[in-house]
Amino acid sequence: MEERLDSVLPEGVETAVRSDALEETAEREHVAGVGPWRLAARRLRRDRIAMGFGMVFLVLVVICLAAPTWATDVAHTGPLKNHLTDTVVVDGERKDVVSLDGVPIGPTWQGEFFLGADTNGRDTAVRLLYGGRNSLEIGVLAALITTVLAVWAGLLAGYARGFTDAVISRSLDVIWAYPVALLAIALGTALSLQGLQIGPIEISGESKLIPILIIAVVYVPYMARPLRGQVLALRERDFVEAARAQGAGPVRIMLTEILPNLSSTIVVFFPLMVANAILLEAALGFLGVGVRAPEPSWGNMIGDGVKHILTGPHLAIVPGIMLVATVLALNVFGDGVRDAFDPRARIHLEH
Amino acid sequence: MSVKAEPGPGDIRRTGASKPLVEVRHLKVFFPIRQGFLVEREVGRVHAVNDVTLGIEQGETLGLVGESGCGKTTLSRAIMRLVDPTKGSIRFRGEDITEAGRRRLEPMRREMQMVFQDPFASLNPRKRVGQIIRMPLRLHGAPRDEAPDRVRELLRRVGLHPEHANRYPHEFSGGQRQRIGVARALALEPSLIVLDEPVSALDVSVQAQIINLLDDLQDDMGLTYLFVAHDLSVVRHISDRIAVMYLGKLMEVSPAQELYSKPIHPYTSALLTAIPIPDPEANRRRGRVAAGGGGTPRGGVAVVGGEPPNPVDPPSGCVFHPRCPRATELCREVEPPLARYRGGHLAACHHPLNVSREETVATTRDPSSPLSAGDVLPDGAAAEGSLGTS
Repeated sequence: MEERLDSVLPEGVETAVRSDALEETAEREHVAGVGPWRLAARRLRRDRIAMGFGMVFLVLVVICLAAPTWATDVAHTGPLKNHLTDTVVVDGERKDVVSLDGVPIGPTWQGEFFLGADTNGRDTAVRLLYGGRNSLEIGVLAALITTVLAVWAGLLAGYARGFTDAVISRSLDVIWAYPVALLAIALGTALSLQGLQIGPIEISGESKLIPILIIAVVYVPYMARPLRGQVLALRERDFVEAARAQGAGPVRIMLTEILPNLSSTIVVFFPLMVANAILLEAALGFLGVGVRAPEPSWGNMIGDGVKHILTGPHLAIVPGIMLVATVLALNVFGDGVRDAFDPRARIHLEH
Repeated sequence: MSVKAEPGPGDIRRTGASKPLVEVRHLKVFFPIRQGFLVEREVGRVHAVNDVTLGIEQGETLGLVGESGCGKTTLSRAIMRLVDPTKGSIRFRGEDITEAGRRRLEPMRREMQMVFQDPFASLNPRKRVGQIIRMPLRLHGAPRDEAPDRVRELLRRVGLHPEHANRYPHEFSGGQRQRIGVARALALEPSLIVLDEPVSALDVSVQAQIINLLDDLQDDMGLTYLFVAHDLSVVRHISDRIAVMYLGKLMEVSPAQELYSKPIHPYTSALLTAIPIPDPEANRRRGRVAAGGGGTPRGGVAVVGGEPPNPVDPPSGCVFHPRCPRATELCREVEPPLARYRGGHLAACHHPLNVSREETVATTRDPSSPLSAGDVLPDGAAAEGSLGTS
């Protein structure tokens, strides 16, 4: 049949007929339907740059997760272990890890002290990997908590409107009113001294939860506000009215009708949120109110390194490079995710 | 005679012997306009539905027609209890649901469903068609394992493939989406379906398909429809009775054929002339009177110019008088009651069209008239003028 058409009809018509036929077979075989998720994933996969940087981030994560393996099997030391008085053999030459006038050894490019040591004689490479674990952990957990809090705040404020909205929005405005870093530093200083006590839950000042919670709370308004705006628009759509006409209650409507429509916003926000959280953690670490010494994080490693920038420049530069690489990879990947999930660029992250 | 002898609050209309499925009594829905910083003051009210009394009989299709902003959608949503009435009452199967909360409404929700105007907005873009149709079943406790079969059956019933259940709404055309909306409304086998301009967002050819589908479904399942539309051409084929609304009030309620053959209210007549005629010559001949220009055309049937007045501050007397070619001093001062003409035909006009003098004199005030309406029934003299025109 199609053969015959090919020979009879002019070119345009022929392709039209064929595509019709194709569509019909597609209809019969491929009935699963291409959802918004799959469409977006398909767009994202086609974005080579975003996928490349996504891979870079993944590699960084894997390297950091491999920290204990590196520490025990290659460097034969731990992140907190001092080697102040030890020596190491480099190219057949025996060298002090930390010289007598306090200058730490530079990169040896071999298993032990691969990236040199710090002023306490600790292996920089090992600390870098463990620090990366801390930084990433804090970044991801803080972003997760931010997302959960912001989604609830946005849903409640946007759906309930009125008084609830006023209370939630004004509370968020209070956080919003302070510069992020300043508020985080103030909270960090206060909490790392006293710890946090909410009812029966007690978090000591040394815990990593302190910077996680601080970073999470500080970023909530930046995510909750655009979400609230979206909920305000969504709740007026007919499908919400339809759910109400069927007798669905407010919680069900929020969770099954509105939340799925926020998912692309959340997905777009998440990598950018992680990048921001890692940066803020670094800032806190730099100032000594993030991850507590001697535990490493990229922030406090940079903070320590800056003091010795002339004698041991690698101490600040190496974690700096890692930080930049991670945040850059996340941001480029995040932009790709945005292009894929939000082609019309309706979502804005305000700073 | 004896029928007329028992007017009371319960007497809404007696066209059928049974009790109406839905009874709306003196329903008012006002939307407050608030202004002010921090402390909001009410500065006005939109009179969306202003004292409407209406009954919908089991198994009939009531067409509700009017311009945009006349309150027809608000009225239909108030019946669905999606907006809260300001005053008046709504009864469903005799039970007052005006104040009912979500729990008490639940059994009622099974019985009344809605199809929305915009097929692109009324389906959640993030859900598969199957999930959308299953939602009412889930909400009303249908067994989980029965649902997929029911969904397939419903899709087939509205003329879609059962395989479509796994697709997303964006993969369908407007007409197909509206079919999905209909399937969702049918899921619980309701007795009443409120159709809020179900075809006005669709192509004309698709409109006919959907209307035919709705017609078939009604025959098969004994459904009652409240069919909201903004022009009279669409409701013609499907309605048994038609109610014409203007600025929150009923202008005319009549069996469908009656309304088309002899519209009594000038507004209805104007709406009828607004139905496009495919022949441009004929279209031009019937004349179009702009606001303030032209004067009354011979037939008294003019296409009304201008815009409906602001519903925040409706005009005094008959709400249609500022645009009515037949308006007199009386119309400006006294709101006409719904007068009852022969054949179950109601119209709220002091100067009715297309009725004989005898018929006009014989009219009575229908109890469904707005409470604010005066007692002045149309007199024969006014009718005489209109006689020559019909």
